[in-house]
Amino acid sequence: MSENLKVPTMANLMAEGKEPEILFWVGCAGSFDDRAKKITKAFVKILNKINIDFAVLGTEESCTGDPAKRAGNEFLFQMQAATNIEVLNGYNIKKIVTTCPHCFNTIKNEYPALGGDYEVVHHTQFLKQLLEGGKLKIEGGEFKGKRITYHDPCYLGRANGEYEAPRELLRKMDVELVEMKSCKSRGLCCGAGGAQMFKDAEPGNKEVNIHRTEEALETQPEAIAAGCPFCNTMMTDGVKNKEKQDSIKVYDVVEMIAEADEL
Amino acid sequence: MSYLPQILFIISLGFSIWFFSRNVNRLRRNILLGKDIDKTDHKSKRLKKMIRVALGQSKMVTRPIAGFLHVLVYVGFVIINIEVLEIIIDGILGTHRIFSFIGPVYDVLIGSFEVLALLVLISVILFWTRRNISKIKRFWSKEMTSWPKNDANNILYFEVVLMVLFLTMNATDYQLQLNNAEHYSQAGAFPISQYLLPLFEGFSNATLITIERSAWWLHILGIFFFLNYLYYSKHLHILLAFPNVYYSRLKPKGQFSHNETVASEVKMMMDPNADPYAAPAEGDSDASEEIPEKFGASDATDLNWFQLLSAYTCTECGRCTSECPANQTGKKLSPRKIMMDTRDRLEEIGENINKNGEFKSDEKQLLDDYISREELWACTTCNACVEACPIGIDPLSIIMDMRQYLVMEESAAPAELNNAMTNIENNAAPWPYNQQDRLNWVQDN
Repeated sequence: MSENLKVPTMANLMAEGKEPEILFWVGCAGSFDDRAKKITKAFVKILNKINIDFAVLGTEESCTGDPAKRAGNEFLFQMQAATNIEVLNGYNIKKIVTTCPHCFNTIKNEYPALGGDYEVVHHTQFLKQLLEGGKLKIEGGEFKGKRITYHDPCYLGRANGEYEAPRELLRKMDVELVEMKSCKSRGLCCGAGGAQMFKDAEPGNKEVNIHRTEEALETQPEAIAAGCPFCNTMMTDGVKNKEKQDSIKVYDVVEMIAEADEL
Repeated sequence: MSYLPQILFIISLGFSIWFFSRNVNRLRRNILLGKDIDKTDHKSKRLKKMIRVALGQSKMVTRPIAGFLHVLVYVGFVIINIEVLEIIIDGILGTHRIFSFIGPVYDVLIGSFEVLALLVLISVILFWTRRNISKIKRFWSKEMTSWPKNDANNILYFEVVLMVLFLTMNATDYQLQLNNAEHYSQAGAFPISQYLLPLFEGFSNATLITIERSAWWLHILGIFFFLNYLYYSKHLHILLAFPNVYYSRLKPKGQFSHNETVASEVKMMMDPNADPYAAPAEGDSDASEEIPEKFGASDATDLNWFQLLSAYTCTECGRCTSECPANQTGKKLSPRKIMMDTRDRLEEIGENINKNGEFKSDEKQLLDDYISREELWACTTCNACVEACPIGIDPLSIIMDMRQYLVMEESAAPAELNNAMTNIENNAAPWPYNQQDRLNWVQDN
């Protein structure tokens, strides 16, 4: 993999007296989780290829507070939010794109009440905008004609009503898109939301991610697409649990686009 | 002509209305025990949503079979009420089918009531079959035993009885009209009950009148009873679904409620000019003596009035629970049970007030006595339950308020969550990575 990523930081651009068009909010998973970092990089490769004027906060970014809020710790959430809003407003940020639906939802919906008003888009929405604006060309490449099922992240789908952007991108790749029995507004959770990612599940007869993976496997897919680093982890673990990891890969939609373009 | 039946009718109507309004007042009082929340915004948007979702049943049909049958029963219920109005006026005035002066339209009305009555009868029997013979899973969950289970069947039996009485009343009335019996003037069309006529062949007019009057009386008394059964039943949804949808959330489902109490505390903590050790200003003694507001909810009265209205509105259909990922994988959490527990606890508080004049501590609360911590921590906040509810109930908001209580008042989060939260506090990520390493991914291979 050629690793010549151009990732300007807000601090550097500011020193040069520049303001980027858009801030890429990387998120904790995208920064630290080995699997999610690949999603971050795939997105940056596309941004670099079509010369999008963006920047990241880098070491000035911190947790949006989503897991704290969903766990019930409103104090910690608001402290995090206040810190982030101070940084974002300090840089005069207007538009934010993020590869994490949890960050997306929190900044978009819960920061305004605390003084943080930005136009926030999920990366699949951003890529769709670029596609429609003629800036981005999408090819199917190795995925053309492949049977793919798309898992709706709760915080992109039900929470914010975005079901079409990721599907639109997949259709542009000429994949054979197959839906699971519960999809879109009735899509089943991967099991990570509400801070469940950071704790063991309560006693039951199955893990949620296994249940969801079974639904995905019922569609006989050649690959599973998602739009959230946490869903990705959960589904990847699920596929491993079913010992299908050699035949069925779990991708973020943006990884598929980058890979098809051999980036 | 004796006025006794009219007097008896007016007494039973009066009693039924008095008892109903007594219960409505209690209901209102109990709901208003909840915290205030401003829902006066977006009036036309709310009204449109109510017309679409409650009146138009738009979310019922996401499950086509149950949805279709429900629409039949609902339309039947609403339309047949026009007939109930006539019955009430006839009862008061001692008249026979007073609306019949409208002529052919009346025949169409009565005819369509009959068709609807038959459709309701069929739907209700299918509902009963789905519940008791097909044993659809969501009707057989843990929380659906004892009263909730009987309540659901009672309503179905009741509707069967009412519809049978209605058709019997019409059939005998029709036969009496054919016989030119006194007082039974020609009125109405009877496309369904005409097929019941052979049952009454050879009956004298006196017998027919006895059957007709009995069916008429039992039908209307049954309706009065049903009206007053509502308060004790999940069936309150036929009234409360409308306000509940009207007041339901309009914001994106991902936008969880903003906690203003916490916001002011955080503002103070982050204000560089605030002196945490400052003594309260003179004349500010009121503020310092105030009982500090509780964070989150541990009892039903810590919730807001909309959540309490929803608790009474819930008709225990279980669509929420059947969509819940935690419930589907065998966890204890059931969003329907969250609503039922909230209602049951609120009723208990209401009863306590009825008995004592004001609430006397009963050493109980919604948390632990009704809803366990295990249920609360099993939620993935995925909003599937909120999406599934056909009438705008939000069980997730109650779970979140109770989690806030657990974390902010009791510091009782599961240990792993405490670790994650400590990490967020110390290094701005739920994992123990240093914030200074946030950009390392650029160099990683």
